[in-house]
Amino acid sequence: MRYIEPHAHMVSRVTDDYECMAVAGCEAVCEPAFWAGFDRSSAAGFYDYFCQLTGHEPKRAAKFGLKHFCWLCVNAKEAEDVKLAGEVIALIPKFLNRPNVLGIGEIGLNKNSRNELKVLEMQVDLAAWHDQLILVHTPHLEDKLKGTRLILDVLKADKRIRPERVIIDHVEEHTVGLVLDAGHWAGMTLYPETKCTPARAIDILETCGNERIWLNSACDWGVSDPLAVPKTALEMKKRGHLAAAIDKVIFQNPKTFLSQCAKFKI
Amino acid sequence: MTRQQVLDLYFLDARHKLIEVAAFLDRVERASGGDDFRLKAFRAAVGKLGGRKKEKVKSVLLAFSDPTKELIVAATSKAASGAYPGAR
Repeated sequence: MRYIEPHAHMVSRVTDDYECMAVAGCEAVCEPAFWAGFDRSSAAGFYDYFCQLTGHEPKRAAKFGLKHFCWLCVNAKEAEDVKLAGEVIALIPKFLNRPNVLGIGEIGLNKNSRNELKVLEMQVDLAAWHDQLILVHTPHLEDKLKGTRLILDVLKADKRIRPERVIIDHVEEHTVGLVLDAGHWAGMTLYPETKCTPARAIDILETCGNERIWLNSACDWGVSDPLAVPKTALEMKKRGHLAAAIDKVIFQNPKTFLSQCAKFKI
Repeated sequence: MTRQQVLDLYFLDARHKLIEVAAFLDRVERASGGDDFRLKAFRAAVGKLGGRKKEKVKSVLLAFSDPTKELIVAATSKAASGAYPGAR
């Protein structure tokens, strides 16, 4: 069963995970820039990280026949320091022409603070200026609804942003409708405890339809599963979804969205 | 799927999770101290499960969510707690 993993933090995963993903049918993995679990102390730290995303990880993936793509940004958890964020944002254009860079992400909000919003706006502006795709992180748990509304307002306020070129990730039952109604794509993240389960993700597909929606694992340094997408595909099969319908969600939909960047070729 | 098929596929898993929720409530009520905002939100969310009203998941998520619209002045922590501290 072929699939695309549209959101995985492979810098924090062992090489065995690439092998497992390839065996499970993965054809491409996309890696947004994220919080490493600690705050980087300088723009140079981010520079090295971007080099890792654009140089080292594609080579690691290629050993298993996997295409690796990435997104670049300052993540929301490191956005309270607006000065540092500005320095990092100034670095990003140097990397945008690298062959595996798809766009700006995962930008967003974390605790819904003033500085986080300011940095989000700076990066939406960056994306608009350079005509880049955008991948958005919505906050966790009790902060998700409020953060999603704030994010949608920021995107709507910038008339240069075309809604279909934005994927809003980590949607759940109380936010998916807001995202789809705004014309954006919606990502459902299959992550233990704090996000969707396979069963709930399929419930959302069955109630909201399968247009402009994808599944991802967002596997990272926490307890998470790089095979969450193919396992959810298996759950869809158990429920009687046909192979073509499953392929649409786990392969065709991510391919459609990501192919809006000419570099995404698999 | 028919209702029978959904039950055949998911009943035992849901039963297990409901028992875990009940065990959690027993455990927390056995422990000394008062309810904090998380437990108050949890009890409110459990209340959304009764009856035949649709979109129970959405109601539960909303019961835990911050309903305000204003930005906070500054983020003093990275993590979320799971429930909105300002709920009445």
